[in-house]
Amino acid sequence: MSIEPTTLPVRSGEDVVKVRQAVRTLAMDLGFSLVDQTKVITAASELARNTLTYGGGGECRIERLNQGPKRAGVRLTFEDRGPGITNLDLALTDGYTTGNGLGLGLNGARKLSHEFDIWSQPGVGTRVTITRWK
Amino acid sequence: MDRVPILRLGDCLLVTVQVDMHDELAMTLQDDLTNKIVATKARGVLIDISALEMVDSFIGRMLGNIAGMSRILDAQTVVVGMQPAVAITLVELGLSLPGIRTALNVDAGLALLRNVLDRSDESSHVD
Repeated sequence: MSIEPTTLPVRSGEDVVKVRQAVRTLAMDLGFSLVDQTKVITAASELARNTLTYGGGGECRIERLNQGPKRAGVRLTFEDRGPGITNLDLALTDGYTTGNGLGLGLNGARKLSHEFDIWSQPGVGTRVTITRWK
Repeated sequence: MDRVPILRLGDCLLVTVQVDMHDELAMTLQDDLTNKIVATKARGVLIDISALEMVDSFIGRMLGNIAGMSRILDAQTVVVGMQPAVAITLVELGLSLPGIRTALNVDAGLALLRNVLDRSDESSHVD
Protein backbone atom coordinates (compact mmCIF):
# COMPACT_ATOMS: atom_id res chain seq x y z
CA MET A 1 0.00 0.00 0.00
CA SER A 2 1.45 3.25 -1.12
CA ILE A 3 1.11 6.37 0.97
CA GLU A 4 2.59 8.45 -1.79
CA PRO A 5 0.25 11.08 -3.15
CA THR A 6 -0.76 10.65 -6.79
CA THR A 7 -1.19 13.49 -9.22
CA LEU A 8 -3.48 12.98 -12.20
CA PRO A 9 -4.04 15.30 -15.16
CA VAL A 10 -7.49 16.80 -15.65
CA ARG A 11 -7.55 17.70 -19.32
CA SER A 12 -10.46 15.74 -20.79
CA GLY A 13 -13.74 14.08 -19.92
CA GLU A 14 -11.91 10.75 -19.73
CA ASP A 15 -9.51 12.26 -17.20
CA VAL A 16 -12.48 13.19 -15.00
CA VAL A 17 -13.55 9.53 -15.08
CA LYS A 18 -10.00 8.46 -14.15
CA VAL A 19 -9.97 10.85 -11.19
CA ARG A 20 -13.28 9.38 -9.98
CA GLN A 21 -11.90 5.85 -10.30
CA ALA A 22 -8.66 6.68 -8.46
CA VAL A 23 -10.61 8.33 -5.65
CA ARG A 24 -12.90 5.32 -5.40
CA THR A 25 -9.95 2.93 -5.23
CA LEU A 26 -8.38 4.90 -2.38
CA ALA A 27 -11.67 5.35 -0.47
CA MET A 28 -12.37 1.61 -0.75
CA ASP A 29 -8.85 0.81 0.36
CA LEU A 30 -9.30 3.02 3.42
CA GLY A 31 -12.49 1.17 4.28
CA PHE A 32 -14.95 4.00 3.60
CA SER A 33 -18.61 2.98 3.76
CA LEU A 34 -20.45 2.87 0.43
CA VAL A 35 -22.22 6.16 1.19
CA ASP A 36 -18.96 7.88 2.13
CA GLN A 37 -17.28 6.52 -0.98
CA THR A 38 -20.11 7.84 -3.10
CA LYS A 39 -19.94 11.25 -1.47
CA VAL A 40 -16.22 11.72 -1.98
CA ILE A 41 -16.38 10.38 -5.57
CA THR A 42 -19.22 12.78 -6.37
CA ALA A 43 -17.36 15.73 -4.85
CA ALA A 44 -14.27 14.76 -6.87
CA SER A 45 -16.34 14.60 -10.04
CA GLU A 46 -17.79 18.08 -9.50
CA LEU A 47 -14.40 19.63 -8.82
CA ALA A 48 -12.65 17.82 -11.66
CA ARG A 49 -15.28 19.08 -14.06
CA ASN A 50 -14.86 22.62 -12.75
CA THR A 51 -11.09 22.34 -13.28
CA LEU A 52 -11.74 21.24 -16.84
CA THR A 53 -14.62 23.55 -17.76
CA TYR A 54 -13.74 26.76 -15.96
CA GLY A 55 -10.03 26.34 -15.31
CA GLY A 56 -9.22 25.14 -18.81
CA GLY A 57 -7.69 21.95 -17.38
CA GLY A 58 -5.26 21.31 -14.60
CA GLU A 59 -4.43 18.54 -12.22
CA CYS A 60 -5.71 16.65 -9.22
CA ARG A 61 -3.56 15.51 -6.33
CA ILE A 62 -4.90 12.57 -4.38
CA GLU A 63 -3.56 11.99 -0.87
CA ARG A 64 -4.13 9.30 1.69
CA LEU A 65 -4.37 10.68 5.21
CA ASN A 66 -3.56 8.40 8.09
CA GLN A 67 -3.74 9.93 11.50
CA GLY A 68 -3.88 6.89 13.68
CA PRO A 69 -5.90 3.75 13.08
CA LYS A 70 -9.28 5.43 13.48
CA ARG A 71 -8.60 8.56 11.50
CA ALA A 72 -8.13 7.85 7.84
CA GLY A 73 -9.14 10.21 5.11
CA VAL A 74 -8.91 11.30 1.52
CA ARG A 75 -7.56 14.70 0.59
CA LEU A 76 -8.00 16.01 -2.93
CA THR A 77 -6.43 19.12 -4.37
CA PHE A 78 -7.59 20.46 -7.73
CA GLU A 79 -5.43 23.10 -9.28
CA ASP A 80 -5.62 25.04 -12.52
CA ARG A 81 -4.01 28.06 -14.08
CA GLY A 82 -7.21 29.33 -15.59
CA PRO A 83 -8.87 32.74 -15.32
CA GLY A 84 -9.54 32.42 -11.58
CA ILE A 85 -12.71 33.36 -9.73
CA THR A 86 -13.47 37.04 -9.18
CA ASN A 87 -16.19 36.66 -6.59
CA LEU A 88 -15.73 33.57 -4.42
CA ASP A 89 -18.85 34.17 -2.33
CA LEU A 90 -20.96 34.26 -5.45
CA ALA A 91 -19.20 31.21 -6.91
CA LEU A 92 -20.09 29.30 -3.73
CA THR A 93 -23.78 30.16 -4.00
CA ASP A 94 -26.07 27.32 -5.09
CA GLY A 95 -27.48 28.01 -8.52
CA TYR A 96 -24.87 30.54 -9.59
CA THR A 97 -22.97 29.66 -12.72
CA THR A 98 -21.00 31.43 -15.41
CA GLY A 99 -21.19 28.34 -17.61
CA ASN A 100 -24.26 26.37 -18.55
CA GLY A 101 -24.32 24.04 -15.56
CA LEU A 102 -26.66 23.98 -12.61
CA GLY A 103 -24.33 25.98 -10.39
CA LEU A 104 -24.27 23.21 -7.81
CA GLY A 105 -20.76 21.88 -8.33
CA LEU A 106 -18.54 23.98 -6.10
CA ASN A 107 -20.90 24.33 -3.17
CA GLY A 108 -22.07 20.76 -3.67
CA ALA A 109 -18.49 19.54 -3.30
CA ARG A 110 -18.21 21.64 -0.12
CA LYS A 111 -21.36 20.07 1.31
CA LEU A 112 -20.05 16.58 0.56
CA SER A 113 -16.71 17.22 2.31
CA HIS A 114 -15.61 17.59 5.90
CA GLU A 115 -13.00 20.22 5.10
CA PHE A 116 -13.05 22.64 2.21
CA ASP A 117 -10.53 25.24 1.19
CA ILE A 118 -10.48 27.43 -1.88
CA TRP A 119 -7.84 29.81 -3.17
CA SER A 120 -8.26 31.76 -6.35
CA GLN A 121 -6.69 34.75 -7.94
CA PRO A 122 -8.02 36.32 -11.13
CA GLY A 123 -5.58 35.77 -13.96
CA VAL A 124 -3.51 33.28 -11.96
CA GLY A 125 -5.64 30.25 -11.23
CA THR A 126 -7.71 28.35 -8.73
CA ARG A 127 -6.93 25.71 -6.13
CA VAL A 128 -9.60 23.78 -4.26
CA THR A 129 -8.74 21.33 -1.49
CA ILE A 130 -11.26 19.01 0.13
CA THR A 131 -10.90 16.37 2.81
CA ARG A 132 -13.30 13.64 3.70
CA TRP A 133 -12.59 11.54 6.79
CA LYS A 134 -13.70 7.99 7.22
CA MET B 1 -16.72 6.14 -30.54
CA ASP B 2 -18.41 4.97 -27.34
CA ARG B 3 -22.17 4.91 -27.26
CA VAL B 4 -24.74 3.84 -24.72
CA PRO B 5 -27.02 1.28 -26.43
CA ILE B 6 -30.73 2.07 -26.70
CA LEU B 7 -33.05 -0.94 -26.93
CA ARG B 8 -36.59 -0.94 -28.23
CA LEU B 9 -39.21 -2.63 -26.06
CA GLY B 10 -42.64 -2.36 -27.72
CA ASP B 11 -43.51 1.32 -27.73
CA CYS B 12 -40.81 2.08 -25.15
CA LEU B 13 -37.06 2.60 -25.25
CA LEU B 14 -34.77 1.04 -22.68
CA VAL B 15 -31.40 2.53 -21.83
CA THR B 16 -29.11 0.69 -19.45
CA VAL B 17 -26.17 2.82 -18.45
CA GLN B 18 -23.41 0.35 -17.69
CA VAL B 19 -20.26 2.39 -17.85
CA ASP B 20 -18.85 5.25 -15.87
CA MET B 21 -19.96 7.91 -18.34
CA HIS B 22 -17.74 10.78 -19.25
CA ASP B 23 -19.52 14.01 -20.08
CA GLU B 24 -19.31 13.71 -23.86
CA LEU B 25 -20.85 10.24 -23.68
CA ALA B 26 -23.72 11.62 -21.60
CA MET B 27 -24.30 14.37 -24.17
CA THR B 28 -24.24 11.81 -27.00
CA LEU B 29 -26.81 9.69 -25.19
CA GLN B 30 -29.06 12.72 -24.83
CA ASP B 31 -28.91 13.38 -28.59
CA ASP B 32 -29.25 9.72 -29.58
CA LEU B 33 -32.24 9.22 -27.36
CA THR B 34 -34.05 12.28 -28.65
CA ASN B 35 -33.52 11.14 -32.24
CA LYS B 36 -34.61 7.61 -31.43
CA ILE B 37 -37.84 8.78 -29.77
CA VAL B 38 -38.80 10.53 -32.98
CA ALA B 39 -37.59 7.72 -35.28
CA THR B 40 -39.43 4.96 -33.40
CA LYS B 41 -42.41 7.06 -32.22
CA ALA B 42 -41.68 5.77 -28.72
CA ARG B 43 -44.14 6.71 -25.99
CA GLY B 44 -41.96 5.84 -23.03
CA VAL B 45 -38.29 5.94 -22.05
CA LEU B 46 -36.83 3.82 -19.28
CA ILE B 47 -33.36 4.70 -18.05
CA ASP B 48 -31.72 2.10 -15.83
CA ILE B 49 -28.94 3.63 -13.74
CA SER B 50 -28.45 0.73 -11.33
CA ALA B 51 -24.84 0.32 -12.48
CA LEU B 52 -23.97 3.96 -11.87
CA GLU B 53 -21.86 4.45 -8.75
CA MET B 54 -22.49 8.16 -8.67
CA VAL B 55 -24.75 10.80 -10.15
CA ASP B 56 -23.27 14.26 -10.02
CA SER B 57 -24.86 17.54 -11.07
CA PHE B 58 -23.91 16.97 -14.71
CA ILE B 59 -25.55 13.57 -14.98
CA GLY B 60 -28.48 14.87 -12.93
CA ARG B 61 -28.92 17.66 -15.44
CA MET B 62 -28.69 15.21 -18.32
CA LEU B 63 -31.46 13.07 -16.79
CA GLY B 64 -33.59 16.19 -16.37
CA ASN B 65 -32.91 17.24 -19.98
CA ILE B 66 -33.89 13.82 -21.29
CA ALA B 67 -37.13 13.86 -19.28
CA GLY B 68 -37.93 17.37 -20.53
CA MET B 69 -37.15 16.70 -24.17
CA SER B 70 -39.05 13.41 -24.09
CA ARG B 71 -42.10 15.13 -22.67
CA ILE B 72 -42.05 17.69 -25.46
CA LEU B 73 -41.85 14.79 -27.93
CA ASP B 74 -44.87 13.15 -26.24
CA ALA B 75 -42.90 10.43 -24.45
CA GLN B 76 -42.68 9.80 -20.71
CA THR B 77 -39.40 9.08 -18.93
CA VAL B 78 -38.82 6.94 -15.87
CA VAL B 79 -35.41 6.64 -14.22
CA VAL B 80 -34.97 3.33 -12.42
CA GLY B 81 -32.50 1.50 -10.21
CA MET B 82 -30.79 4.32 -8.39
CA GLN B 83 -28.54 2.97 -5.65
CA PRO B 84 -29.39 4.16 -2.11
CA ALA B 85 -25.93 5.71 -1.62
CA VAL B 86 -26.39 7.66 -4.84
CA ALA B 87 -29.80 8.96 -3.69
CA ILE B 88 -28.38 10.05 -0.33
CA THR B 89 -25.50 11.85 -2.02
CA LEU B 90 -27.71 13.55 -4.61
CA VAL B 91 -29.98 15.06 -1.99
CA GLU B 92 -27.01 16.22 0.06
CA LEU B 93 -25.59 17.78 -3.09
CA GLY B 94 -28.81 19.78 -3.39
CA LEU B 95 -30.26 17.91 -6.33
CA SER B 96 -33.60 16.18 -5.92
CA LEU B 97 -34.27 15.64 -9.65
CA PRO B 98 -37.52 17.60 -9.86
CA GLY B 99 -39.77 16.61 -12.73
CA ILE B 100 -38.22 13.16 -13.11
CA ARG B 101 -40.32 10.08 -12.47
CA THR B 102 -38.44 7.31 -10.72
CA ALA B 103 -39.04 3.68 -9.85
CA LEU B 104 -37.05 1.12 -7.91
CA ASN B 105 -36.30 -1.27 -10.77
CA VAL B 106 -37.02 -1.97 -14.43
CA ASP B 107 -40.19 -3.99 -13.69
CA ALA B 108 -41.66 -1.27 -11.51
CA GLY B 109 -40.61 1.34 -14.04
CA LEU B 110 -42.33 -0.46 -16.91
CA ALA B 111 -45.50 -0.84 -14.83
CA LEU B 112 -45.41 2.87 -14.03
CA LEU B 113 -44.92 3.75 -17.70
CA ARG B 114 -47.81 1.48 -18.72
CA ASN B 115 -50.00 3.19 -16.17
CA VAL B 116 -49.07 6.68 -17.27
CA LEU B 117 -49.45 5.84 -20.96
CA ASP B 118 -52.85 4.15 -20.46
CA ARG B 119 -54.07 7.18 -18.56
CA SER B 120 -52.95 9.57 -21.28
CA ASP B 121 -54.64 7.36 -23.91
CA GLU B 122 -57.92 7.49 -21.97
CA SER B 123 -57.83 11.23 -21.64
CA SER B 124 -57.21 11.62 -25.37
CA HIS B 125 -60.28 9.43 -26.08
CA VAL B 126 -62.42 11.70 -23.92
CA ASP B 127 -61.22 14.65 -25.93
